[in-house]
Amino acid sequence: MINRRIAPRLTSVIARKAATVLAAFLTVLSIHTATAAPRSDITIGMQLEPPHLDPTSAAAGAIDQVLYANLFEGLTRFAADGAIVPGLARSWEISPDGRIYEFTLHQGVRFHDGTSMDAADVKFSLDRARAEESTNAQKALFAGITSVEAVSPQLVRITLDQPNGQLLFNLAWGDAVIVAPESIADIRTNPVGTGPFRFERWQKGDRIILSRNDDYWGQPVALERATFRFIADPNAAFAAMMAGDIDAFPRFPAPETLIQFEADSRFRVTAGSTEGETILAINNAAGPLADLKVRQAVAHAIDRQAIIDGAMYGYGTPIGTHFAPHHPDYLDLTAATPYDPERAKALLAEAGYASGFETTLKLPPPSYARRGGEIIEAQLRAVGITAKISTLEWAQWLEEVFRGKDYGLTIVSHTEPFDIGIYARPDYYFQYDNPEFTGVMTALNAATDPAERRRLTHQAQRMIAADHVNAWLFQLPQTGVIDARIEGLWENAPTQATDLTAVYWRD
Amino acid sequence: MLRYILRKLVLFLISLLVSSLVIFAVLEVIPGDPAQFMLGIGATEATLAALRHELGLDVAPHERYLNWIGGMLRGDFGISYTYRTPVIETVLERLTVSLPLALMALGLVLLLAPILAVLAAHHQGRLPDRMISMISQIGIAIPNFWLAIMMIHLFALTLGWFAAGGFSTWDEGLVTGLRSLILPAFALAIPQVVILTRIMREELVASLDQDYIRTARAKGLSRLEALIRHGFRNALLPVLTILGMQFSFLIAGAIIIENVFALPGLGRLIFQAIAQRDLIMVESVVFLLVFSVMVVTLIVDLAHAIADPRLRRQR
Repeated sequence: MINRRIAPRLTSVIARKAATVLAAFLTVLSIHTATAAPRSDITIGMQLEPPHLDPTSAAAGAIDQVLYANLFEGLTRFAADGAIVPGLARSWEISPDGRIYEFTLHQGVRFHDGTSMDAADVKFSLDRARAEESTNAQKALFAGITSVEAVSPQLVRITLDQPNGQLLFNLAWGDAVIVAPESIADIRTNPVGTGPFRFERWQKGDRIILSRNDDYWGQPVALERATFRFIADPNAAFAAMMAGDIDAFPRFPAPETLIQFEADSRFRVTAGSTEGETILAINNAAGPLADLKVRQAVAHAIDRQAIIDGAMYGYGTPIGTHFAPHHPDYLDLTAATPYDPERAKALLAEAGYASGFETTLKLPPPSYARRGGEIIEAQLRAVGITAKISTLEWAQWLEEVFRGKDYGLTIVSHTEPFDIGIYARPDYYFQYDNPEFTGVMTALNAATDPAERRRLTHQAQRMIAADHVNAWLFQLPQTGVIDARIEGLWENAPTQATDLTAVYWRD
Repeated sequence: MLRYILRKLVLFLISLLVSSLVIFAVLEVIPGDPAQFMLGIGATEATLAALRHELGLDVAPHERYLNWIGGMLRGDFGISYTYRTPVIETVLERLTVSLPLALMALGLVLLLAPILAVLAAHHQGRLPDRMISMISQIGIAIPNFWLAIMMIHLFALTLGWFAAGGFSTWDEGLVTGLRSLILPAFALAIPQVVILTRIMREELVASLDQDYIRTARAKGLSRLEALIRHGFRNALLPVLTILGMQFSFLIAGAIIIENVFALPGLGRLIFQAIAQRDLIMVESVVFLLVFSVMVVTLIVDLAHAIADPRLRRQR
């Protein structure tokens, strides 16, 4: 029995409690309806942090992964499918002899500092990149340009010493973006571009924040704010993604956990292709490896699929030459060097190494190299080749292997797009010297006719494959984890970029 | 006394000079060219030369050493090769994360270890003592990065109490900042807490047999009171010595913990700078750390001398 004096108090307490609960419920409801509108901010996870923010004076891919297409733009640009499309240049005309390019620029383009972008800025940017004292990491892109003229504010004329079928492609690189002359002094910490996002803040070691440029000359973007967070440790990346701290991790560093994300409906796992030909590079001038038969034996000793399964958790497309499989001119030459240990042993015997030989296998830090290296070491051992593994930091790899050419075998991914031309450089670390191939590349560089370019590209691919310059393993995949509600992110990586211009949240 | 101080000061300066030489020489010897690292494999020889010139890498090593030392004497720690900003600016920026983290961890050690030690000593040989002993055994055996990952899984992923890592600025509020340091501070502190607990417990248990505790008990203090008022004080001396050594462990541990929690602190800065061959950054940061440790040692030495006249007369 309830005491009569207490009963009214009790009911009022219950009523008050109910009101509080109702209020709380309504608050939750209103928050819920508020968040139901599409979000306009995004947090992107990245493993590496840019050393600074000038894409025209460093090789670090992380710079382009933050700034390309978002903050900086070039005359031309890479589209999601790798095609070269107009950027700041609305259109262009090429002279019949292929030596003069005239670019017509978009009207009314402004840098983020309010100054206008015109032909003089294009001339300044390209002249700066190709100058004597330039520290552009890809200066070779501008080789052959003899002059850049600002004909009128909207018209730029580029003159070449000989026709170059690659010019429009070269100008699309992040190393060729147009910068504001007034901003050069502190471009490394305060980049000023023409893109749909402007630089807001860089919390060093942690994040870079970009915000929407409302005066953008082109198609306005959906996102108002983009945060790039830098998480080097794969475990930390996994945790940040699972906890919802990160909305998208386009180059996710822990492939072994992808299966967990695939099983979770909050996420979508993407597996795209990159420009990275992952190769077992061979020192063509080192001992037994200088022998074509030995290199061919190495190629047959390697089981590409086992490496992809073991080191890449099944992601990656096998390749048989130095060319990206998603390129229209790609030739699939993997069938020429099938996994055949018996054949490899026979070839070694023919070359006079029936009892095998010893060489070095130097591995840089990425997991494709470290994990792949152990598998390759075992596969080579099975045919009698003893490859002594040593692990190197990048700086050591660059000094010992790349510059010093002190190696037998190494594993590395060549991530520059359309870089088959490196085989035409006898002083390159492969030490492959074939004047005939150099001739093909010279012809290709000068060719502008698509059919002719295609023929030469095929010839080049076949030639290095026949010489077994390297053992080509697979095209480096880009495996990403993204929030299932995000649309418009690139899945493939025709260049190292996180293009946010078409990204939006589905509601 | 004056002569003693002078001798200590001269020794201090000589050690500083020697350590600067060692730091410079070690970084000079390790392979890797900062310019090549920055420009990658597509760079031409001319570009590399231009960048080396820009960074001042094209002068002889002894000249670079003198420039570095000369700069530091004027308070100029150089310009980072990778970030192209003054080294000291970056260091101060990173200290705003590392220093609070180290202090929080130290605070936790100083708070938890004495409580656990007194508890264990008070219940010597009984259940609480055994529990604490077992936990500290496990704590010593567990590597701190694994502990950190487990803490992230439990408190960030399963319970959702904290972010899984990362640190914004203090601008976003003191609470936000401190919150993101709690898990890392615990991960950093726990291995030190368990070590210190064990040592303090031993000291306290040993003190229980001492005459002064018996006297205190005879005066009517309870066992716990005697332990806290008299035993604890005497256990503090060896503890202070160990704490001094632990501070360097806190700094070393921070390199790993900052990586696991993606914190932009000094530890991560050194880690990155070594990989990127940002030599001037590594040199200056390591030198600053050596300098601070040596200053602390010097102060402790002098304090000892003031407290204990016998030390001054030593040759």
